[in-house]
Amino acid sequence: MGIETQLFEGKLVRLAPIDHEKDPEVESRWTHDLTLLRALYRQPAMPQSIAQIKKKYEAIEKEVDESKKLFHFMIRDKQDGRLLGFVRIEGIEWSHGTSKLKLAIGDPADRGKGYGGEALQLMLRFAFSELNLYRVAAVVVEDNPEALKFFQRCGFVEEVRRRKAILRDGQAWDSIHLGILRDEWMAIHGKGDSSHE
Amino acid sequence: MNNSLLRGELVRFAAENPEVMAANFSRWNQDTEWLRLLDTDPPRLLSVKKWTEWLEKDLEKGTSDELFFAIRTLDEDALIGFIGLFDLFKQHGDTLVAIALGERKYWGKGYGTDAMRVMLRYAFNELNLRRVGLIVFDYNPRAMRSYEKAGFIPEGRIRGAILREGRRWDWLYMGILREEWLANGIMTS
Repeated sequence: MGIETQLFEGKLVRLAPIDHEKDPEVESRWTHDLTLLRALYRQPAMPQSIAQIKKKYEAIEKEVDESKKLFHFMIRDKQDGRLLGFVRIEGIEWSHGTSKLKLAIGDPADRGKGYGGEALQLMLRFAFSELNLYRVAAVVVEDNPEALKFFQRCGFVEEVRRRKAILRDGQAWDSIHLGILRDEWMAIHGKGDSSHE
Repeated sequence: MNNSLLRGELVRFAAENPEVMAANFSRWNQDTEWLRLLDTDPPRLLSVKKWTEWLEKDLEKGTSDELFFAIRTLDEDALIGFIGLFDLFKQHGDTLVAIALGERKYWGKGYGTDAMRVMLRYAFNELNLRRVGLIVFDYNPRAMRSYEKAGFIPEGRIRGAILREGRRWDWLYMGILREEWLANGIMTS
């Protein structure tokens, strides 16, 4: 992997900026599936209108610009440019080299096809070989075993279980914190390897 | 006035004006050992004026999702530190707690443990939370012992989350569930 590597290009997907014209309608549709919101946030899940998503996008770009602690990329189909989801590195602490990652594939029909896995690998390569971070964290809820398996398959290690921290559907679930260190990612992907399978 | 809910054996909780906390924060923050035990952010040495502006802004916002108390000793009424709840999610009954004693001569004498016990009683008996969690850095064994005494149980470690003095240190998560706190029987009445 050299300086000519296109960091945002995968085989199935590419990472791209927000399209303020077209994306809000698609993301608004996703939010009507509350399982996605529950997987991503602890706040009460509720659908968001197109207008609310537009405002959210503006807030995201403002935060990217001003905080210097956030990178937010849209995930698009490499062939037709269709919006598939988003991936973000947030809460960067530059003096310690730490960060948190969130990833979403919006439409359930697009899950299980390798889009998310490839987007995650692109984002981890960005985190470790462009941002030079030391670690990337992800948090999943016990009621979402697919997400836990997804991150573990990609090299994340379970680090913390905040017992019964999430109350949903009349049941208390653990909040599971995972992490991957730069050395662990390098061991999987090799120093000079440009692939990101 | 019966304020026993906010009173322990050594300390009581108080609400203080912005200018009072600002003067203390500005002074305490010059103690880098204290700050490194408390926070991952690099020290910035903010002025009393800046601290006051910050705290006054908080006053305007009237945030109800964070709770903050000054800690005062019962015997001399000295303001020795603070304790607060953040990342409080009412719908999950979950919160994180942070505590710090800025006045060094009160370290290691049970004041912090007493304050934590008062906070847990407040969290479980007044806020009706289901659990309270916290983060402690692994170069702070004194705090860890205090939290264990108050009933907290280790829940895992975030590996290498801190780079200081040329080496990596972990964050430790600890937590206590309502049923564990009730079973411990410390200050439940």
